[in-house]
Amino acid sequence: MIEVKNLYKSFDGKEVLKDISATFKSGEINQIIGQSGSGKTVLMKSIIGLFRIDRGQIWYGDRNLTDMTRKEIKLLHQEVGMLFQGAALFDSMTVLENVMFPLEMFSKTTKKEKIERSRFCLERVNLKSTQVSSLFPSEISGGMQKRVAIARAIALNPKYLFCDEPNSGLDPVTALVIDRLIEGITQEYNITTIINTHDMNSVMEIGANIIFIEKGVKAWEGSKDDIFTAHNEALDNFVFASNLYKKIRTSQTGK
Amino acid sequence: MFGLDTLGRYVKLMQRTFSKPDNWRMFWRQLPKEMVKLGVDSIGIILIISIFMGAIMLMQTILNTESPFIPRYSNGLILRDTMLLEFASSIMSLLLAGKVGSNIASEIGSMRITEQIDAMEIMGVNSANYLILPKVVGLILCMPVLVTFSVFCGLLGGAGIAVFTDMIPLADFVYGIQYAFIPFYYTYSMIKGLFFGFIIASVSAFYGYYAYGGALDVGRASTNAVVNSSIAILLMNIILTRLMLT
Ligand SMILES: Nc1ncnc2c1ncn2[C@@H]1O[C@H](COP(=O)(O)OP(=O)(O)O)[C@@H](O)[C@H]1O
Ligand SMILES: [Mg+2]
Repeated sequence: MIEVKNLYKSFDGKEVLKDISATFKSGEINQIIGQSGSGKTVLMKSIIGLFRIDRGQIWYGDRNLTDMTRKEIKLLHQEVGMLFQGAALFDSMTVLENVMFPLEMFSKTTKKEKIERSRFCLERVNLKSTQVSSLFPSEISGGMQKRVAIARAIALNPKYLFCDEPNSGLDPVTALVIDRLIEGITQEYNITTIINTHDMNSVMEIGANIIFIEKGVKAWEGSKDDIFTAHNEALDNFVFASNLYKKIRTSQTGK
Repeated sequence: MFGLDTLGRYVKLMQRTFSKPDNWRMFWRQLPKEMVKLGVDSIGIILIISIFMGAIMLMQTILNTESPFIPRYSNGLILRDTMLLEFASSIMSLLLAGKVGSNIASEIGSMRITEQIDAMEIMGVNSANYLILPKVVGLILCMPVLVTFSVFCGLLGGAGIAVFTDMIPLADFVYGIQYAFIPFYYTYSMIKGLFFGFIIASVSAFYGYYAYGGALDVGRASTNAVVNSSIAILLMNIILTRLMLT
């Protein structure tokens, strides 16, 4: 579980996040939704400790990130996996080397066990490890890159998984596959997963706990089932921007 | 490079770079790769430029010192000392700043903008140390070899002139390059090479590491890397010469 309390973050005097408080539960998909530029990425990177926050607390269980030394943050990071918007695979390494990288850095197991673990992670994200292992990231499709990135993120058995717009740039079918994969892994290993997204399909598929960020302020929280009946103006503008969702609302609520 | 703020960030980055590697095995694996990429792959260009510059410098000194009072072998001596004192360390380092510096800055810069560096940090890896240290150490280790090689090629170029033209007899040239040899000049050249290697790798890595934005910004970072490491080399050259030779 991760708890954020009264978090503020600014860049050069420009406030990007204002008084954000939220609880992210383990074993469930926690989503941060909002328009582009609303501050989702900054919030995520602040929670992880890539950005130094102005004020507030970030609790990982009973450990407060803002009290941690650099060394303690480093250790915390070994419990964290992250999936970046552009996959961020190391392009000088093969697929297998990418997945093995965190293991090589920090795992005390033998080389054979590391390779086995990497193969297992690749299979877990439904990749044929024998086929993709020796390919370079530039040689595989965007959807496969995302899957390799997930495999790399789970290699060290993380307690916390962060995904920044995991299905941006993917077609709807592949996007759904990736969403399902993240959901499955989250439940299977009881991970605290936080996903940034502006994709309503993804929200309606897997969003268990959702917080909605509007211009750096938390404007709403709830689950996907509450969204249609939230009656929050900013949220409605976001959710019902597309005709499809307007029609769904009409068919469900008659409005 | 010369703003205090920039200098502070550079020093901070170097502190992170020169900390204990998270995993020594990974460091030893990266080191030879970097030595090949930065050192071995530069041998070709050093070979060509040093031979031709050695040849032309010998021709120029012969043409401009034609006098019955100056012995002909002194042209060989002048070439040797020019190669040793300045060309093989300073000029060659400026050349490497262009080739190796832009390579380092664009490699690290593109890793920055595609969030590969963030990905490393998230894993708990000290990215500065993992990425930069092998480059800095690798280039420093290569420098003595590259400098020596450059001197050798320069003299070879001079020998070419002696053999293929009638400007200077080979015997005079060979006598000249051995005449009044001061071993400390070699040490001086080596020490300069080590400092310049450090400057090229670390300054270029710095500009790449703090790239921000898109592909265009990576290009800008690599230009900055070349320009600023060249300036730093020129300044350091004056300082080291003042310290060691005067
Ligand atoms: N490193 C940075 N320096 C300054 N401003 C930034 C930085 N990163 C993000 N911002 C600003 O913070 C705001 C929120 O950005 P971001 O969190 O990336 O939005 P999104 O919700 O699309 O992920 C934007 O206005 C952006 O310009
Ligand atoms: Mg974003």
